[in-house]
Parts: sequence; structure tokens; C-alpha cells
Amino acid sequence: MSEQRVLVVGGGLAGLACTMKLAELGVKVDLMSLAPVKRSHSACAQGGINSVNGLTRQQGDNEWKHFDDTVYGGDFLQHQPPVKEMTEWAPRIIDLMDRLGVPFNRTQEGFRDQRRFGGTLYKRTAFAGATTGQQLLYGLDEQVRRRKAEGLVSMYEGWDFLGPVVDDQGRCRGAVAQNLVTMQIRTFKADAVVVASGGCGLLYGRSTMSMACNGSAVSRCVQSGAKYGNGEFIQVHPTAIPGADKLRLMSESARGEGGRVWVPRTPQDSRAAADIPDDERYYFLEERYPEYGNLVPRDIATREIFDVCVNDGLSVESGKQCVYLDLTHIERSELDRKLGGILNIYEKFTGENPRDFPMKIFPAVHYSMGGMWADYVRTAEGGLDPGNPVNQQTHVPGLYAIGECDYHYHGGNRLGANSLLSCIFTGLFVAPGVKAGIESLGAGATDEQFDTLHQKTLAAKQAEHDALLKQAGDDGENPYEIHHLLGEEMTKAATVVRRNDQIEAALGVVNDLGERAKRCSLSDTDAWTNQNVVFTKSLRDMFPLAKALLKGALARDECRGAHFKPDFTMPGLTSEEPAERRRQAESWCDAFEEKNKKWLKSTIATFDDAGEPTISYEEVDTSLIPPRPRLYGLVGAEMIEEVWKERQAVKEAEPAAV
Amino acid sequence: MIAPNKDLAKPATFDVRVLRQAGPGRESKWERFRIPYEPNLNVISVLQKIARMAKTAAGEKTAPVAWDCNCLEEVCGACTMVINGRVRQSCSALVDRLLEEKPGEIELRPMSKFPVLRDLVVDRQRMFRALERVDAWVPVDDYLDRGPGPKESQEAQEGRYPLSECMTCGCCLEACPQYTKVELTREPGETDDAFEARRQAAHDGSFLGAQAISQAVLFNDHGTGKMLGDERMEALMGPGGVHACGNSQNCVAVCPKEIPLTTSIARAGRQVTVYSIKKFFDR
Repeated sequence: MSEQRVLVVGGGLAGLACTMKLAELGVKVDLMSLAPVKRSHSACAQGGINSVNGLTRQQGDNEWKHFDDTVYGGDFLQHQPPVKEMTEWAPRIIDLMDRLGVPFNRTQEGFRDQRRFGGTLYKRTAFAGATTGQQLLYGLDEQVRRRKAEGLVSMYEGWDFLGPVVDDQGRCRGAVAQNLVTMQIRTFKADAVVVASGGCGLLYGRSTMSMACNGSAVSRCVQSGAKYGNGEFIQVHPTAIPGADKLRLMSESARGEGGRVWVPRTPQDSRAAADIPDDERYYFLEERYPEYGNLVPRDIATREIFDVCVNDGLSVESGKQCVYLDLTHIERSELDRKLGGILNIYEKFTGENPRDFPMKIFPAVHYSMGGMWADYVRTAEGGLDPGNPVNQQTHVPGLYAIGECDYHYHGGNRLGANSLLSCIFTGLFVAPGVKAGIESLGAGATDEQFDTLHQKTLAAKQAEHDALLKQAGDDGENPYEIHHLLGEEMTKAATVVRRNDQIEAALGVVNDLGERAKRCSLSDTDAWTNQNVVFTKSLRDMFPLAKALLKGALARDECRGAHFKPDFTMPGLTSEEPAERRRQAESWCDAFEEKNKKWLKSTIATFDDAGEPTISYEEVDTSLIPPRPRLYGLVGAEMIEEVWKERQAVKEAEPAAV
Repeated sequence: MIAPNKDLAKPATFDVRVLRQAGPGRESKWERFRIPYEPNLNVISVLQKIARMAKTAAGEKTAPVAWDCNCLEEVCGACTMVINGRVRQSCSALVDRLLEEKPGEIELRPMSKFPVLRDLVVDRQRMFRALERVDAWVPVDDYLDRGPGPKESQEAQEGRYPLSECMTCGCCLEACPQYTKVELTREPGETDDAFEARRQAAHDGSFLGAQAISQAVLFNDHGTGKMLGDERMEALMGPGGVHACGNSQNCVAVCPKEIPLTTSIARAGRQVTVYSIKKFFDR
């Protein structure tokens, strides 16, 4: 067998971590990315990266608690072994990034500093100013460049992944891709392809994601046989700066460092924020969630901000939905040291200084918890079997999914500062398994027997491209216009609040738009750096994912994590009378158990040749931490918790009695 | 000070002139587009509008303008171009401000120090190659668990952090009089690899520029990174090294991240002097 190679698609945290680890293991890697890897979307992550650390350990924290917070935050919709493994790796990953030179903030004694993030009571988050993602990305990028200089890595920046090459046995043998400058289409022979292409925010038109996050690479994989999990779980970040071209993230760290969210109690109070006295301000998160305050998990914060603006009519401005995120009470030098990066962004893009005026913010689509279905092998202890080629492998053998584009780590809702961790973890963790996998292959992708296969796949993609270029003229559809309409529809039907009639209507609209997208005509028919044709292809590939998302959301008649349907909420207790209250709590818990029996399942989408998804469900491995109700802010939460704990105690006693 | 005329800044339409080029080595020409005014536009949303219209101000059909962008938050470094004569990121270039500076018209040109690929898209590979020239990385033994990195004071972290915000956007190089364009054309029959090797050789002999010099300083400031200090000094002393800097200070004036580039260059100069004296006595 000739020399073996691995192709990594995507140069963000996950792709880079995987590339550098593979190179360290002596595997030759081709790294492909739409943009130069240093410009990947990971650079936008602001707040930090989570792990248990020396400080929190002394306060009683440990890996298990980080694991517990993650699955509780995700509303138990995760297979638990991968999450457990990730949280166990976390402290080592932060140490490694520290060794790579990432300039983490320091305490006065010179230790790494930590801050608190949503969904946890410990200071678990290591950070480098307010540009942690950028700093981590650069740390990994530097290592990959070092490996490139050593000759182990070849870079293909400015290439668009058009799809995997799959042989008759269904195994991935490489990929087809297109150069964005020369428009050349060629195949890359690879014994394994690791896809780390990130999220799919562009389905919503505007989001906090970068322009490369259009989901096309994932869509091309699922159209070739991979499956898609938990598509309907889309995190809407509570705080973003609304903009015409883009919704810019305002990191959770602004609240982690003491930022307070409020609105004037008088609707559209015309006074300047500073002139509104404290008792005329409604600090709604602090009032409604005294324990977590401004640091409630993201889905809750998002819903409350949405609720205060839309239902209570308390938006700060009348023409635009927004609430105040206030940092003006914090000392300027402190702000500049810990949050300078994000405050400058606000100032640059709005022209107002957030050190003097409270920021005006509103929720925005931010992260896709779902992604390609990927496998794992669990150990007896409940972690992952290291070095096993099955870990992170999709339904197509030899095709792997890591980072934001896999569905494993965040369940119904992702905890802040866990995304950077899951990306670096999957990148590093998958590498030895990929290596073991390709070493056990009987044949290599460069063997002559696969030449015809590669030629055939290439010819098909070339024909598709040529046909699209011919679709010029004034009578066809405008791809940018269709994308705009798709975004509007998705935002309306499938963000913070979801209603079945709206989702059904959206499915109809999206189907029509998908048909219209087939009739796009290009305004640019050039054979050189044609961004028009590249965009049109990715637009077409947004439809299978958009449909999977909507179908999944329509079918799931419950509330879980980021997926909120007001018609299926479980209201709190109403009675003040102790016995009746107890009885209500019992029936609440019954209903909760019933709901979990039906809905504590991963949504799995399978796609036919036309890209049409069919939804089925998969049981979730919750063997390590039994699911429990997520009760933030619910009336009667203490009573429900008490009943729930009693029931759990009974259940735990049962096996012993047998 | 005269207050800016707010009415002038809010016309019904405004024009955008774009310097266009169909490909490397092709002739460039200006094209004018007319955009309906809306509040809060930036140059990216203007280019998005042009893509949707694909018509010039005179109503003639034309291909959408090609440009580079990704994050739109001024952190990825992709969307650098020359706007109203000044190099900057197009995502943070707000139309209201630009029209206040120069009513009625915005002018967009590609950066002039890098080969144009198409319209506003340029090839900045030379910048990434420069990072290889100065070994811009920390030479760790492996990626296994060996505990934390070197302990670091707040002061040291606060010194490294701004340098580490460099997003390789190229503004500093566009503004630098000593940084000149390197553009090669492929010779007939030349293979990809041969062309690439020739290009790399040309890049390696040319001025590193503020960006790479500052990164060399960044890694020399790290406990483990400085173990490659001598190699970096050799690169900084070699052809196109720190001595080629003419100290015009333009780089620091245009850096969107306000990185203290001239301080880095001065420090690199001093480190090189110390290194060459040491090298002289070590002979």
C-alpha cells in the first residue's frame, strides 16, 4: 500500500487541533479550508474555555461536576460518555494551550486567572482578554504552520469541499473540492476525511456566525450518506448587537464580569439610561433568578429578554427590540483589562462607548448544537475508548465529524465556554483513532483500483458546475434574494419561540424557495474567482439542513434546552396549600417522566437522493447521571425537586433489594 | 471646530467607485455603482447590495464585485481594502462616517502591495510565509500532558497580549514605504511546484514587514518560545530583515488593532544588535 494521507476539512479549532495531533503521530495531512485557517470563525469566540482547575477544586469542584453541569445545561440530550471524557480532558487541554503560548489572563501572582460563566457556580473559565477564541486559534495555527514547515502538512486554503468520495462498499476514500480562485475542481485521495466545518448560522441569513458558516460541507456529507442529529437545537445567544449585515456577538463574559441586564420599568422611557433611578429599573434576570442572576444559562436568558421585549413591551426602543446590558458601574481600567476586545467591537460598530452608556443588545442565532451523527465506543467506566477508530466516525466509514459540526457534546443547549473545549477536545482525541483506522485498512485510497471512482466523482461535480454556469440570463432567480428570504423564514419560525402552525407554514415556504434555488441564474459566468457560483452552490445545500431542522422542530412536541414551544410547557405549581402542593408536585414529576419517555431521544435525519430528510429517533445513553428536571425559576421548584429526589432514592434502592 | 453637516451625510443615494480587475495581470478599470442610502450601512453591506444588483450606476449589466470577508467583526482580518484612500477593514468602515469625510462618494480599491486575484481580492500568502521565516511558534516537545506552561506575570501577559491580537490583515504592510509588491507571472511550461518554489524564494528575499517582526518579538517574550530566539535573530538579521525598516511609523498609525508595531520593531532591532555582538564574541 502506498503512503497514507488524511484530509481535514476546516481550519478552525477542531480542524487545527486534529491536524497538529495527526502530524505529531507522523500521519501526513492535507488541510483544506474556505478561508486561510487563521481567518476561521473560531477567532470570533470571545469569553473563554472551561475546565475544572486548582482553584475550583478547593471549593469542592471536580470533573464530574463539570460533566454534570454540561449534561444538565444540555437538558440531558447527550450521550454521556463523550461528555464525561471531554470534561476529564479539559484541565489538560487548558494546560496544553498554556504551553503553546496562549496569553491567558494572569492573577497578580502569575497564575492563570478564571472567570464565571453561565450555568455554573464556579470560576471555571480561563480566558485571554475577550478574544479567547482568537488566541486559541492562533496557538493551534502556529503549531500547524510549524508542522507544515516540517513537511507533514499540506495546506489547501481557499478550497471549497464539494463532497466525499465514497466507494462501492460505502467507505470514504477522499473528497472532491474546488479552488475558489482558479475554479479548478480536483479530487483529494485520502484514507480518512475528518470534517470540522463548523456551524450553519447562515441558514438564518444573519447570525453571530462568520460568512463561511453556511453548513454546505455538512450538507454535502449528509447527501452522501452521513446522518444528521438534533438539527432543531439551535442556540440563540442572549446578547448580540443587531446589525444590517450581521448580528455581532456580545460575549457572556460581559455578564460574567458583572454586567447587569435591565430595562426601564416605564415602557420606552425617554430619559437617558444614567438618569433613570435604580428603583425605576427592572433587573429582570436578577429578580426572576436570584441564585444565578445575570448568569442564568443561555436559553433562559434569551427567552427572558425576548419575553420582556415582546410580551411585556418593555423594549428600550420603540422601533427596535433591545434591552440594556450595563457595565457602566464597573471601573474603566478593570473593563479595559478584562473586556477591552468586545467593548471596542461595540464602540466601533455602533459609535457609542459602552464604558459610558449601557449597550443595547438582543438575542441572535449563535450555535448549532446538532450536527452530523457520530459514533463512539464507551469504556466500562463510562468514558470513551481512546484510539478507537469508531470514535467520531459518521455513518460513512472513514468519514469523521468533529467540532461544531458533530452532534455530541451540547445536547439541547450549550454551556458558555464549552464550545472551544469541545472543538479542541474532539480534534486532539480523534487523531489516534483515525491513525489506527487507516492503518488497519486493506487498501489505500491512492491504489489504482480507486482511480475510476475518483474520476467519476470528479466528472459529476464538474458537470454540475458547468451546468450552473450556463444558467445565466435575466429570467432566473437571484440567489442572494432567495438566501435573504430563507433567512427571514427560518428566523421567524425556528428561533426563540416555536409554534407548530408557523413551522408547518415555514416548511412550505422553504420547499418553494428550494425549488426556486434550482432555477438561479448567475450574474457572473466568469471561470475565475467566481464567488457567485460558489455562493449559489452553498445556497442550494442549505435546504436539506433547513428542512431537517424544521421537521425535527415540528415533530418535537416538548420544551427542551433551546427548543421552546409555548404549547408544550410544564407550568409550575399553583396551590399554596401544602398537601395539594405536594400532590401537584407528584403529578408534575409523573408528567415529566412521561415526557422523557417519549422525547428524551436524539433526532436523527436521514436524507434521500433529492436531499429530502426523514426523521427518526435514537435512545440517549443517560446511564451515568439520571435525567432530572431543569427547574430554573419555576414556581414550586423546591417542592418538585424534593419529590424528584425521593423518587430517585427509591429507584436507586431498588436494584439492591432484588 | 465645524460641526459635520448631517444633511450632507444622509443623501437619497450615494455612489461607490470600485477599481476592478478581472484577474492577475489584467488591466484595471473603475466602475461606479449607485446605492440607495440607509442608516447604519457598512462597506460590507454595500458590497452585498452590489452583488444583488449587479448593475453599474449607468444601468449596465456587470459581474458582482469580488471581495474577501468572513467574520465581519474585525477579528479575522479577511476584508482589508483601501477605502477612500486609507487601508482598513471594510466591516468596520461605516458608510455614515465615510460620507461625512467625503460627501456623495466612496472609493474602494484593492490593497496595492499584494497581487490582485480579482477585483478587491488579493493574495496575502506572503504574510503567512513570513510567519514561517521567523519561526512564529512555540517549540513544545509534544501535545501530551506535561502540566501548565511557564508562569507569567500580569505585566508580561499584558505585553504579549496586544501583539497576539495581530490578525494578519496586512494594513501595516500596505502603509509601509519599504514593503514593495512581489508579483511573479508563471512561465510557460512551469509546474505548480516549480512556480511555488520560485515564488517562495522571491518572498523569502523580500522585506518581512512589521507584522512578522512583531510576531518574532511576541515569541521571544514567551518562556518556551524564546528557546528559538537565535533562529529568529538570524531571520531578522538576514535579507529583508529588521534593518530594512525605514522607521516611517506608518504601520502603527493604520493598525486596526492598535498593536504597538514600532515598539516591536525597535525591540527587535535592539535584540538583533545584542545577538550580533554576542555572536561576534562567540566566534
